[in-house]
Amino acid sequence: MNTVIEVENISKLYRLGEFGTGTLGHDLHRWWSKLRGKDDPFFKIGEINDRTVKGTSNFVWSLRDINFEVKQGDAVGIIGRNGAGKSTLLKLLSQITAPTTGIIKAHGRIASLLEVGTGFHPELTGRENIFLNGAILGMRKNEIIRKFDEIVDFSGVERYIDTPVKRYSSGMYVRLAFAVAAYLESEILIVDEVLAVGDAEFQRKCLGKMGDVSKGEGRTVLFVSHNMSAVSTLCNTGIYLKNGNLINKGNINDIVSAYLGDGQNAERLQWIGNEGNKDIRILKTVVYAADKLNGFHTNTDVFIEIEGEILQPVMDLVLGFTLWSQFEYELAYVLHDDTEEEHTTLPEQQFKKTFKIPANTLAEGDYRIQFDVGIHNKEKIIDTECDLSFSLVNINGLGRKFLVGSGKGKTSLFRTNWLVK
Amino acid sequence: MNKTTTAKNIESSDNYWNIVVKPAGSVFNLKLRQAWHYRDLFWLLVRRDFVSFYKQTILGPLWFFLQPLFTILIYSYIFGSLAGIGTDGIPRPLFYLAGITCWHYFAECLNKTSGVFVDNAHVFGKVYFPRIIMPLSIVFSNLIKFGIYLFILFVMMAWYYYKGEIQGMNYYALLLPVLLLLMAMLGLGIGMIVSALTTKYRDLAFFVGFGVQLLMWASTVVYPLSAAPAKYKRLVGINPMTPLIETFRYGFLGAGSFSWASLGLSALIISVISIIGITFFNKAERTFIDTV
Repeated sequence: MNTVIEVENISKLYRLGEFGTGTLGHDLHRWWSKLRGKDDPFFKIGEINDRTVKGTSNFVWSLRDINFEVKQGDAVGIIGRNGAGKSTLLKLLSQITAPTTGIIKAHGRIASLLEVGTGFHPELTGRENIFLNGAILGMRKNEIIRKFDEIVDFSGVERYIDTPVKRYSSGMYVRLAFAVAAYLESEILIVDEVLAVGDAEFQRKCLGKMGDVSKGEGRTVLFVSHNMSAVSTLCNTGIYLKNGNLINKGNINDIVSAYLGDGQNAERLQWIGNEGNKDIRILKTVVYAADKLNGFHTNTDVFIEIEGEILQPVMDLVLGFTLWSQFEYELAYVLHDDTEEEHTTLPEQQFKKTFKIPANTLAEGDYRIQFDVGIHNKEKIIDTECDLSFSLVNINGLGRKFLVGSGKGKTSLFRTNWLVK
Repeated sequence: MNKTTTAKNIESSDNYWNIVVKPAGSVFNLKLRQAWHYRDLFWLLVRRDFVSFYKQTILGPLWFFLQPLFTILIYSYIFGSLAGIGTDGIPRPLFYLAGITCWHYFAECLNKTSGVFVDNAHVFGKVYFPRIIMPLSIVFSNLIKFGIYLFILFVMMAWYYYKGEIQGMNYYALLLPVLLLLMAMLGLGIGMIVSALTTKYRDLAFFVGFGVQLLMWASTVVYPLSAAPAKYKRLVGINPMTPLIETFRYGFLGAGSFSWASLGLSALIISVISIIGITFFNKAERTFIDTV
């Protein structure tokens, strides 16, 4: 197969913070160096893009020396955590912004779908917007006319087609917008996580359509998503980005497991230290999956442990944790003595308490455990020092076919296998 | 020869890669061939600008006629009846209409193109198409308004001609396409410079609003060049819009001052501004989305 995209040494430098009067100074400085034939002075001070660490410079490398090529008919999944540079890479590939260094070569028409409904004008009708949006995406008018009926059919908003889109519900709006994009006839299709919208039925329809595009029609697809099950079904190869660097590329299953394995390190699965007051010290907190081999899947039990020492007997001790979803919903508040009716008084001892989140309880997503140690109605002994966080993925778990979308803020599966026979 | 080598050969040929993205491209390349592919988009944008202007209004396209008519009324009252500025012997409504026909076209082109990056950031940030399409569509959709002004002008000219208050058009009216082109280039040129700079520095956006107003008083919109005081005449004359408006009036209404020399100078200044505009625009186009 021919190579259709070649990416050589691509880097992208971004400036953080506010743009103000300082910008002019930087620009003049840059222009002066250029005039003397020197390198851009701000290239040197660029830093690795790790959003969790406070940097010293205002310039970060959102992407650094990325090399890869894509063969015709490949479906490439681009994965990585938030801020890894996925969207920047898509922007460069779809020519929205130019790279700082390097070169991208492509063969064929590129259509990018970084958002659905780009250029929709609220005052225009659905019909008018199909034409406008199609043209913005690079379709010719007669191409749109030819596919008009199919587009309307796919979107399922036929009844509203001559109504201004400002009167549409947001679901209808998205349906119409995706329908236009789905009928693009480009050799290369670039898709960002636009599928996080719309109802489940429509999402399934879109994923199916994308599968047709890459498998059936032999077109090349680049797909960014956090949804590992969608990525592994749709794509055959993958690229794993981390802090702007390309960590790994190759077969999609290897890439997904590399990402999942590595992903855990970035989270805080364990805390070791010595926090507390003169009565009670917390020494270790840890969260781990029962299935040590595969890690944090939705279909495995997850255990949470807290270890410490009681130096003097404590009355009315509160010892437990709050479970937060990635959208900062408080999902559960659990105490070690939930089974008791009264608050307990614990004698001097070394303790280790273990809690279990049963399999198929939580949906795919990121979770935070905030430990709560204190005296009931009196004192909070620790704050957030010992907090942990972990992510769950749904690869082989229940309910992955019609994914309970973490993107929609849903956090619970509450599913056991009810099928008996 | 096996299959891989064939593939490699195709890939190494220059024409294979139809899209090449580099950090710095040529600043003079307008990518007109690419833009040609998007000609349907161009017309749809022109149509969108026109249609969305009067959607959900009762009077609809009639608004395009009401604006110039009210403007003439006010100008005739303030500059004619109150200030008593001469009009080279042309009936006042005609004189002002000829002036604002040209001026509005230029000013609209300038105002709209100067915001093209900032206003369309939401689209430009998500989809690539040759950016030049946007300013070009602005110039064209304003042409529709210009046509309406011109139509009103013709109707009024017919009326005054019938009353015998003006002489007819002369051959200089045939310069209209040239005048239009120059006005569009000037509006586009300044607009593109401003649009490129405002992606980083918003200061200019504040300036454009009243700058256009100020420039209007320095052009012969509400007064004839002959009425300008001698010491300011050169200043008003060097303003590239002045010869355009004067030529327009001279051709259509047969009054005003016209000289090939001043028109030539204006064309020269406009060409320089356009080239600077294109350079700025092309440079900004590539990475403006990072700073806008």
